[in-house]
Amino acid sequence: MNGIGASPPRPDGFAKVSGAARYLDDLSLPGMWHGATLRSPHAHARIRSIAWDAALAPDGAVCVTVGDLPGPNGVQLIDDGWPILAGAFTHHVGEPVALVAAPTRLAAQQALQAFTVTYEPLDAVLSLEAAEALPPLYQLGMDSGDVDAALARADLVVEGEYRTGHQEHIYIECNGMIASYAEDGALTVLGSMQCPYYVQKALTHALGLADEQVRVRATTVGGGFGGKEDFPSAIALHAALLARACGRPVKLVYDRHEDIVCTSKRHPTLVRHRTGVTRDGRLAALDIEILMDGGAYTTLSSVVLSRALLHSFGPYRCADVRIRARALRTHTAPNSAFRGFGAPQVEFAIERQMDRIAHRLGLDPLEIRLRNAVAPGDRLPTGQILDAGTSALPCLEEVARRTRFRERRQELEAARARRAAEGDEDQNGAEPRRGIGLSLYFHGAGFTGNGERMMKSPVTARLLPDGRIEVLTAMTDMGQGCSAVFPQIAAAAGGLLPEDVTFAEPDTAEVPDSGPTVASRTTMIVGGLIARVTAALRDRVLEGLPGHTVRDGWIESPAGRVERFRDAARRLRAEHGPVELTLRHEPPAWQTFDETTYRGAAYPTYAWGADVVEVEVDPDTLAVRPLQVTAVCEVGRAIHPTLCAGQIEGGTLQALGWALLEEMKLEDGRYLNDRLATYVIPTILDSPRIDVHLLESHRDGGGPFGGPFGAKGVGELPMDGGAPAVAQAIENATGIGVPAIPATPERLLAWQRAGQTPGGVR
Amino acid sequence: MSTAFLLNGRAVEADGHPMSRLLDVLREQLGHTGTKEGCGEGECGACTVRLDGSPVLSCLVPLFQCAGRRIETVEGITAAPEGPLRDALERFVATGGVQCGACTPGIVVTLASLLASNATPSREEVRTALAGNLCRCTGYEGILRALAPAEPER
Repeated sequence: MNGIGASPPRPDGFAKVSGAARYLDDLSLPGMWHGATLRSPHAHARIRSIAWDAALAPDGAVCVTVGDLPGPNGVQLIDDGWPILAGAFTHHVGEPVALVAAPTRLAAQQALQAFTVTYEPLDAVLSLEAAEALPPLYQLGMDSGDVDAALARADLVVEGEYRTGHQEHIYIECNGMIASYAEDGALTVLGSMQCPYYVQKALTHALGLADEQVRVRATTVGGGFGGKEDFPSAIALHAALLARACGRPVKLVYDRHEDIVCTSKRHPTLVRHRTGVTRDGRLAALDIEILMDGGAYTTLSSVVLSRALLHSFGPYRCADVRIRARALRTHTAPNSAFRGFGAPQVEFAIERQMDRIAHRLGLDPLEIRLRNAVAPGDRLPTGQILDAGTSALPCLEEVARRTRFRERRQELEAARARRAAEGDEDQNGAEPRRGIGLSLYFHGAGFTGNGERMMKSPVTARLLPDGRIEVLTAMTDMGQGCSAVFPQIAAAAGGLLPEDVTFAEPDTAEVPDSGPTVASRTTMIVGGLIARVTAALRDRVLEGLPGHTVRDGWIESPAGRVERFRDAARRLRAEHGPVELTLRHEPPAWQTFDETTYRGAAYPTYAWGADVVEVEVDPDTLAVRPLQVTAVCEVGRAIHPTLCAGQIEGGTLQALGWALLEEMKLEDGRYLNDRLATYVIPTILDSPRIDVHLLESHRDGGGPFGGPFGAKGVGELPMDGGAPAVAQAIENATGIGVPAIPATPERLLAWQRAGQTPGGVR
Repeated sequence: MSTAFLLNGRAVEADGHPMSRLLDVLREQLGHTGTKEGCGEGECGACTVRLDGSPVLSCLVPLFQCAGRRIETVEGITAAPEGPLRDALERFVATGGVQCGACTPGIVVTLASLLASNATPSREEVRTALAGNLCRCTGYEGILRALAPAEPER
């Protein structure tokens, strides 16, 4: 079975299991050299001089410094303010200062010793507090109603400050690129990436080449999570500059240490909430301030901040809302895209604030959410009227039913009260404390605001000489499984068999720019285009056959099967030559958004989720162990339920890692946890059982948002729910308030001593 | 300096410094790129191979230790799998055990070693065996579904 809702084996599965799949570092080109990067040891410094002593370098090694750049010193993303190599100043530890290439990886590392750089260290800004007084990288605001009046009228005003930390992607395959020039000056770059056309644009911009002179091909991608959205553009430029300098192909692959030191992370964030509520627990006013640590350069911070603003009010009803959001500049590596793209940080904050409000009012966490969750027809603070697939309440009710949340929470609360009454709360060697927590979350699928409208992504389909349909997109399969889902969509939309359809590799010389593989847009936006373009090409083959349809790969007349679709397509292709169609994405006309006031429909639709997490906390060490997660997610329609659930399982564990284990400590701007021995991600033994239950609001097809067969974007959704649920569970287990993550034992102890409670500081 | 060992049942000789990492010898000299580097310091398990039948981290094994011994990589282990390993590998893709695939070779080698001594491991036995193999994509659930018998829906 390969239809919509079936889970066929992914086509790249066995190659990955057997070791046959080729990742970037598995490739070698004839005559290829290896590159290495000289990096700044200072968070902020003036570069006085850079000297290269060829006599100290291995034979033939070449170097590239900022003076060798043939064009602007900027990696083109939204703008080109991110330097390819540090110029007169370095703005973060690990910033690239110079490059070398040599015949072997070892020789390239040795060649770095031939540089002498004189730095003049300067004061560095290394915290959000220090950055707050300085001009921001970017700022945004949104106003709905009259917040001050609503706060003045409210029965209760609750304040809270919530913090989240850096998170490193830890894709298991580190970043890497190979660049090679042909004799005619054309450049080809191979690499691990999410966005081949981003890389191409950066290369043409900085190297002064025309589009047709730069070919970018994605190799098998060993995990991305946003970490291969913007950074590959910089590495591709470095590899290309070295290839240009030495006249050979150059491979530039980061080892884990280098990848952690210099690549982007999730933005550390501080959110301040001031919320007016009525006596019966309804939100009356939301006053929200968001501060995100953008690092040294803006890169994608402006759009991360935008998505953060648009998720900061959570899946709740409130008419009077004021949001002020700033991305601040610090002397750390630029923080950028990471699964969720700003939403997980602000949803952590609003969920924690809802818990605090519930605590003040004596409501339980389920009740406060049931009273405020949005329903179909409700308005978000942006003014967007929510569609019929709005599923906050169904998710909440289903997760509470499956976990007996209310009863279980009362049992655990009673146990904690009993222990406190008996005075054995602090007894050494006591049994682990159990706690349960719940969260409600949502995620806008596709690009924010007018992004999709401006991009108008194209997808192309063409007939191959053998009568199959070939579909061409620029999407990369970084593990999420579009290589399995796309053929399902095309076959179902065209009435074809899976073997009647084939997909081109993401190669800018072949495929159109269907946009980046980001923002949970791959299935929903590009998948929708694949469905349309495949059906349109099928109709082209059916021209002149009125009343005929295609089903299961056969052309059918009202009287029955006529012939195989492929036979008719092959004939058409032979008679007419190339038959090719390109369609562009067009957002629904009603989806309009004002980028200055932040009013309107920021996303065509939202996916919804509710998590319940049960944890165990060691009363002596305050170590937290998640035991069980139940995630109920509404995804419109699961094209491939196994892969869809896989996104939720993996995203949920990433969220738990961020909430409990993954802490990036900084000292003088240097990450102390700059290797896998010290930056700890969840092993299988740290991982709870994760039960995923999919709700599908559009099983019968269609929907108001344009996703194929009703599918919504799902990749980022699960990142939003795990952290607030686990924080609430820790409070339930221990009574210690959790205003920040990661909730490490050291921090829990500090909060306990400082009198942090679920209602705030005592 | 040349070091002789058995690689997936075939006699090979590798040239290199005695302290060369087995990982590099396999990938760069012997063309066995199925074995992956994830961290280079023995934390992630992506480079797991079998040495005389036991799983080891090839980024931490110097070449000289391999002299005269049996090395099996993911390519050899999956070439003609039999019995419980064959069944597990067939399920592995179907259950969502594979996403990006960068950790997968190391996990397959570790599981092959587990299944060689325990054809029907429990969920807990699989978790213990895989404690040294990091996966960032799956949340481990898809991997566990491939190995451990399904439990009834609660």
